[in-house]
Amino acid sequence: MGKKVGMEVSLAIAEAAKMADTDVVAAYPITPQTHIVERLAELVANGELDAEYIPVESEHSAMSACLGSVATGARTFTATAGQGLELMHEVLYVAASMRLPVIMVVANRALSSPLNVWGDQSDLMAVRDTGWIQLICENGQEAYDTTLYAFRIGEDKRVLLPVMVHVDGFYLTHVIEPIEIPEQEKVNKFLPPFKYPLPLDPDKPVSMGAFAPPILYSETKKAQEVNLRASLPVIREVWDEFEKVFGRKYKAVESYRTEGAKTLLLTLGSFGETAMAAVDKLRDEGQAVGLLKLRLWRPFPFEDLRKAVGDAELLIVIDRALSYGGPGGPAFSEIRSALYSEKKRPRILGFVGGLGGRDLMVAEFEGMVKRAQEMRPKGAEEEFEMYGVRE
Amino acid sequence: MKNLGIYAARLTPPVEGFAPGHRACIGCGEALAVRLACKAAGENIIIANATGCMEVVSSQLPASAWRIPWIHTLFENTAAVASGVEAALKAMTRKGKIADRGTKVIAMAGDGGTSDIGLQALSGALERYHDFLYICFDNEAYMNTGIQRSSATPFGASTTTSPAGKKSIGQKTWKKNMPAIAVAHNIPYVATASPSYPFDMMDKVKKGLAVNGPAYVHILSVCPTGWRSTPDLSVRLGRLAVETGVFPLYEVEDGKYKLSMDVSPLRPLKDYMSIQGRFRHLSEGMVKKIEDRVRKDYEQLKERCA
Repeated sequence: MGKKVGMEVSLAIAEAAKMADTDVVAAYPITPQTHIVERLAELVANGELDAEYIPVESEHSAMSACLGSVATGARTFTATAGQGLELMHEVLYVAASMRLPVIMVVANRALSSPLNVWGDQSDLMAVRDTGWIQLICENGQEAYDTTLYAFRIGEDKRVLLPVMVHVDGFYLTHVIEPIEIPEQEKVNKFLPPFKYPLPLDPDKPVSMGAFAPPILYSETKKAQEVNLRASLPVIREVWDEFEKVFGRKYKAVESYRTEGAKTLLLTLGSFGETAMAAVDKLRDEGQAVGLLKLRLWRPFPFEDLRKAVGDAELLIVIDRALSYGGPGGPAFSEIRSALYSEKKRPRILGFVGGLGGRDLMVAEFEGMVKRAQEMRPKGAEEEFEMYGVRE
Repeated sequence: MKNLGIYAARLTPPVEGFAPGHRACIGCGEALAVRLACKAAGENIIIANATGCMEVVSSQLPASAWRIPWIHTLFENTAAVASGVEAALKAMTRKGKIADRGTKVIAMAGDGGTSDIGLQALSGALERYHDFLYICFDNEAYMNTGIQRSSATPFGASTTTSPAGKKSIGQKTWKKNMPAIAVAHNIPYVATASPSYPFDMMDKVKKGLAVNGPAYVHILSVCPTGWRSTPDLSVRLGRLAVETGVFPLYEVEDGKYKLSMDVSPLRPLKDYMSIQGRFRHLSEGMVKKIEDRVRKDYEQLKERCA
């Protein structure tokens, strides 16, 4: 057993990147990611981590430097948030399409304008279609563990895809939690050295990033789609392996007190902790309410979701991001679509809340359950509401 | 003759990092420059290439003209990609993950990818002092997308986005001085070069790779398609650019300017401009005005080199 220490979650994330023996870190500072990269710079400066720290001049260059680094065969880590992730946007597609497993922690943050440095998941949703594996953390221990196993998933020869580890800005990055840091030997046992199959090497020259005319482009995209979907069994395998070595079990969809539940809440990220307290309270009051927590966003875990939803009659999806003018919050919209073809499916309603660092407390989660039970939407556009917004 | 190397014929190395069979236009000065730069650089290099003519003509799937390790990702980020390659080589060599072979890194981009959209990434990489050589292959406009003006397009040139017309003389701004911007980063080596002076150009590429730290080489690459010149004149135009003072060849080693060859007295500018369609609309008076500026700039450069 490793020892459990009180630690700021950002520092634990840096510790995971250090224990993974990262070779290159390229990062640009942005709130609320700063504590992660400051710590990494410190670890490199102290000689505790033997890596090149590239203090790039922008996030666009951060991700671009990561591409070059992974293509050369180095284990590569970066972190960003909000606007930084958006500035990287076009580079993200390239990392996935070129099969370059960059590992990145995103301290989820609202998007301008108005300027807002606090937490929500608008950035996470905006990069949904870039082809990355996206894992979402609920607490500090998950943030450490996920950062560590993200390397194992992304660098697996059957996967070779970049991985985003999502931690809610401030709600997770800036809190101190008891976190179990394992022994280095265990980490070494779990995480083999990175061997990129065809790196940039003068002995074996390769051309990377050639351009594709219409006659080939679609085939490359199909290959990418097949590849991302095929990563799901590998992700499950890594979770099993992680449990064997570290004793903690991870699943794509986590269920909390769902036995016999007629109403289910579904959350992503740190909302899960508050929602659990709300479920406890409602259960105490005799209501059959449970909670689902979505940990894997891409590839989307259809099968796990169907199983987890079970026989529930009402599913309430809570988004921390908005799709303006669209069919509800992004998670709500996707989950509704994922369950559409089921013969028996629950009524699915959505709430968007907690934007730009607005706190949603236990009472608000209770309120959403109450409101959902009252809602009688006349059409799809009435199946979701923004919650807790002053008119 | 002070710099014999410029004139004396020598054999070029037989190695071809940039292999024949690419799709560049007939008479492309840039393809010639890339080929010679690769010969000078040898085989122990890794190239990061920005989006642009050279990337497009060399890499259409499933073919590749590159016999050396080569990576292209995006347009504006090639200096950052090269930073990552260099850092990875450094870290992995230090940690014993790869053998120390002294592999060098080259970033290459066109004038748009360098002086416009890629300027920030380039500035960052130069300032961070990565050990790499950045080569700007300057054909003075966005030729790959169809001859749109860039900040490297010369004053008076007609392009598709700075067209000459009743109320316009074409490009209204003077060419951005990219080598001076590189020099301002206090890097060990900056040079201008031309494939019309192949041995001088190859020497500069070698020098840029040999220095410890970042180097910047700016190569004027004649583009018959965009300059509206005949393909057989490309090498000649490269020489005329130097002989008229439009594109002087010089080096800046540790901040010290040195003229590679003094071509004064300068040839009349019309010798260079009259055989290019992009300047066809300019009046004699306008050519004279541009010539005055070229001569003033050349004298200033000579003073700096003194």
